[in-house]
Amino acid sequence: MITIVNYGMGNLGSIANMLRRIGHDSIITSDPAKIAEATKIILPGVGAFDTGMQSLHDMGLIDILNKKIIEEKVPVLGICLGMQLMTDGSDEGQLQGLGWIKGRFAKFVFGEGLQQYKVPHMGWNQLQIAKPSRLLEGYEETPRFYFVHSYYFKPETNDDILAKTNYGIEYTSAFEHENIVGVQFHPEKSHKYGMNLLKNFAEKY
Amino acid sequence: MFEKRIIPVLLCDKMDSLVKTTKFKDPVYVGDPVNAVKIFNEKEVDELIFLDISATREKRGPNLTYIEEIATECFMPLCYGGGIRTLQDIINVIKTGVEKVAINTAIATEPDLIKRAAEQFGSSTIVASIDVKKDLFGSYHVHVECGKRSVKMNPVDYAKKVAADGAGEIMLNSIDRDGTMGGFDLKLIEMVANAVDIPVIACGGAGKPDDFKEAFTKGASAAAAGAMFVFTGKHRAVLINYLSKQDFAYINA
Repeated sequence: MITIVNYGMGNLGSIANMLRRIGHDSIITSDPAKIAEATKIILPGVGAFDTGMQSLHDMGLIDILNKKIIEEKVPVLGICLGMQLMTDGSDEGQLQGLGWIKGRFAKFVFGEGLQQYKVPHMGWNQLQIAKPSRLLEGYEETPRFYFVHSYYFKPETNDDILAKTNYGIEYTSAFEHENIVGVQFHPEKSHKYGMNLLKNFAEKY
Repeated sequence: MFEKRIIPVLLCDKMDSLVKTTKFKDPVYVGDPVNAVKIFNEKEVDELIFLDISATREKRGPNLTYIEEIATECFMPLCYGGGIRTLQDIINVIKTGVEKVAINTAIATEPDLIKRAAEQFGSSTIVASIDVKKDLFGSYHVHVECGKRSVKMNPVDYAKKVAADGAGEIMLNSIDRDGTMGGFDLKLIEMVANAVDIPVIACGGAGKPDDFKEAFTKGASAAAAGAMFVFTGKHRAVLINYLSKQDFAYINA
């Protein structure tokens, strides 16, 4: 069963809605015992980095997530804040991230000549595919997704980059390392492009 | 390439009927909201704004059952507004599957609501909806309660305040242009977009692709339209529609 981790950050119903539309059941839970049975995990989230990490701590979810992802190698998809929490940390907060992916998040800062780029990066943007993957296969045209974020990922290594996006600068908008995938955008709010991505995660991982 | 958003706005009266107003008055019935959402879904619209214009008037909160029915059909970002007065209202609406919540009258009546909401839910969840009307001398004033009451503030100061409080976006409505399809109030858009760093959604007056293009040159980050996407032709026959790929390419060129 696809298990959507509820740690109190943002809108989870829309992920379950889209999964249902493409024929996959899921459960939304914050119960470590239920997460322990997961065959696939989605770590979603909207909001601030420290609030998200603190919630994972307070709800006692860090150990079970580490066990599932690092020891059992269960496939996990991080979305937006969920993707950010998978890394070492973010300039937005003080707390350590989960540390599954090496790198940190930095704030978009646009100087002279780039003032038309407002922060947050909010709206539809395209992906430039950096390397073939199961997650991003099956698109007939350049995939476009809905983004809302103020911080962007700076990976320590280029090896895990699946796709980049241009918003004033070019940055990593999707990564994959073994069983861990993360996307900065919101597939659950991105029409057929998102349905294809979630279908790939549900069926090919 | 980053694309500026173009957003249909659906107005609901008593939740079960979709209407379109002109200058915030004379609601005309245009159909069933859930059906309209399904059509916009098929047309892959960038985003959808759904406003219950009877909630504040009837002094009630959001109709959650109905909002959930709409959110379940939406595979694009959805913003809900109407009758939002408390943090609990926002929690309830987000739980139904809505991404963004628009606050309008409560900005004036609950001065710390935006700040507390932005702290709790993140700025990108909170949209400050600002309705603006021009007086006889051409000065702009912010109105609340569906345009009925002036709060005696100009839109620039008001916008700066909501931005400082933590609103993630401003939905800027021109009451005078609402439903006219005669073009946006470009002066108003320019004033407000220049005054704040957060995205401004221009609303009120869109009638053709060039109107969006102009709004974007004045600094709008997104533009919304009601009448243009629910009516067609001179006689305003009801037809749910959206821009074509060619229109988008033209607007973003």
